[in-house]
Amino acid sequence: MSRAEILGAIRRGLRRGALPDDQAMALRARLAGHPRHLVPARSQVARPAQIALFIANVEKEFGTVARVASLDDVPAAVGDYLAAANLPTDFAMAPHPDLLGLNWASRPMLTPRVGRAQGTDLVCLTQGYAGIAETGTLMLPATPERPTTLNLLGDVALVVLKATRIVGPYEAAWDLLRQELGMPRNVMLVTGPSRSADIESTLELGAHGPRNLHIVLVDDDPTAIG
Amino acid sequence: MHATSPAFKANVTGALADAGLQKALTFTRPRFPERRAAAVAALPEFERLRDIGRDIKNHTLANLDFYLETWADNVEKSGGHVHWCSTADDARAAVLAICEKVGAKTVTKGKSMISEELGINEHLEQHGIAPVETDLGEYILQLRGEGPSHIIAPAFHLNREDWEESFRKSHTDLPADRVFGERRDILVEARTILREKFLAADVGITGANFLIAETGSSVIVTNEGNGDLTQTLPRVHIVLASIEKVVPTLEDATSMLRLLARSATGQDFSVYTTFSTGARRPGDLDGPDEYHVVLIDNGRTGMIGTEFQDMLRCIRCSACMNHCPVYFTVGGHSYGWVYPGPMGSVLTPGLIGVDKAGHLPNASTFCGKCESVCPVKIPLPKLMRHWREREFERHLTPGAMRTNLAIWGWFARRPGLYRTATRLAAWGLGLLGRKRGRFASLPLASGWTEGRDLPAPEGETFFARYAREQRNKV
Ligand code: SF4
Repeated sequence: MSRAEILGAIRRGLRRGALPDDQAMALRARLAGHPRHLVPARSQVARPAQIALFIANVEKEFGTVARVASLDDVPAAVGDYLAAANLPTDFAMAPHPDLLGLNWASRPMLTPRVGRAQGTDLVCLTQGYAGIAETGTLMLPATPERPTTLNLLGDVALVVLKATRIVGPYEAAWDLLRQELGMPRNVMLVTGPSRSADIESTLELGAHGPRNLHIVLVDDDPTAIG
Repeated sequence: MHATSPAFKANVTGALADAGLQKALTFTRPRFPERRAAAVAALPEFERLRDIGRDIKNHTLANLDFYLETWADNVEKSGGHVHWCSTADDARAAVLAICEKVGAKTVTKGKSMISEELGINEHLEQHGIAPVETDLGEYILQLRGEGPSHIIAPAFHLNREDWEESFRKSHTDLPADRVFGERRDILVEARTILREKFLAADVGITGANFLIAETGSSVIVTNEGNGDLTQTLPRVHIVLASIEKVVPTLEDATSMLRLLARSATGQDFSVYTTFSTGARRPGDLDGPDEYHVVLIDNGRTGMIGTEFQDMLRCIRCSACMNHCPVYFTVGGHSYGWVYPGPMGSVLTPGLIGVDKAGHLPNASTFCGKCESVCPVKIPLPKLMRHWREREFERHLTPGAMRTNLAIWGWFARRPGLYRTATRLAAWGLGLLGRKRGRFASLPLASGWTEGRDLPAPEGETFFARYAREQRNKV
């Protein structure tokens, strides 16, 4: 059996048998405690600066951000974005309570279809779980309310993100995830729209995934407005 | 993958004469180092993170059996399956068995170096299953029947004309008179064709940049999103991962990820970094029904406990080759197997044998640049030297080189004679090369001078200069 073979070969190389109990215990404690290593200082700043860093990093990686005052303003922001980019007004939308609760009819023409994305969808809208200021990264875990295909199949990925969900480093986002969801089947960390430099080492956006990543940032965090 | 490493010298001769390749190499050469330098400069903690990266990997390797078992238990707990495979044959058989069980006809693939190592595509094809590479670079290489020349930019040796020619030849359903005005047109055509393949595939195969013991997850890193489409749309997701990919926790993986993209492409973070843990869960609207990890040794355990164990820290970032003067002179294909550049020169003899890959550790100027940029501080030049020693011990070194080394050894043990001889040689060469300071060609040394100039000595040996400066010091 290959399992025994591989483990045996490793132990022979390390010149020992299976780990003694006390050492295994110490390793289990390390796993349970999952200590942080050095966390770069850049994201450990006051709230307004943290939000600003998140936005600056998203834009540096060719994403775009629109800030709105409350969730109720999301349909208008989505409508404005699609109109300005000359995009269709029907789109696939995550069955997330925040999004389902919005008055989409307030903006005539907008027609969300709730569910996962299909290969022909041009525009997809999902709910961002967390934002990581360190690199302008979105954390998008797969849950019944957040199908993974919405992050990938559209030409345009729209993501609604609450400012209260922006953290500094990745480690803070892992902590949120562990507390609230455990480890979902799939967790995507997304930094900007899809791209490739495979053709003559020159960057082109929109390789297989979205060509545009647009974040509607909801200012629900009073401490974040500087 | 069939190795042509034994023919390294012939490969190099071909590469030096290949104008298209040399054009691509010249164009790309400055770009990788510039981008990495900018990303590193923007993160003051980078140097300290390199030490941390090295330590995390060393800790994991010292307890590799424990972390692999913990990881495997957690994969099973989350509804996935682990297939332990000692050899490439075992791994190919495992992949085929999974595909056949679900009656797969087509398989999409994310970029994976271990897949190249195992020759998965050929094996599937032989059994009537069509593999489709979806990374843009890998896709065109598949159309052209070539292997990758770089571990993260597999097709950078091709120029735009090559892409157009291959697309016209392969995509015959499209109008023959279509125009490729810009690079974007090439990209759009590939995207359209591959979108169909993604949606039709029965199985998706990806590699893994990391495995996480704590959660039983596998991690892939891409910029295109092709890996995510590959693992999300088909019914079955197969991960190919070698044993040294495991790290203990999400925090450990995070620290490694801070190093990876900066060292590789000079990005702060890749566009898609995705953690997969098991199969689709109740209520999920998408994702695969089955999640398998084919865990592969294929020679790696043989490096544990030897001087080559350090090589198992490698996170395949490509920084070493991106900064390597040899790599950028001869190109990746010259190395003759899956892994080129300094990391390949150390890893390839470890995996396919020094008898087949003994030339590779010699393909070095020992400038030390690779080690200085390696995010996990692998002492690549030292390891290459170890292979040279082993090769020498096995008497595999070509006769001429052994004779020369023996002559050098005879002189080196006789300091007086050594100084006289080297003084004469330095003086002679200095005289000959006085004008340009370097030789574009030298009799008996064309193997050196064909790809680069040999700097001319300044007419004095180190010993002589040292003695002179000591005298001047008072
Ligand atoms: S040896 Fe170091 S620099 Fe080279 S690919 Fe591996 S990790 Fe990167």
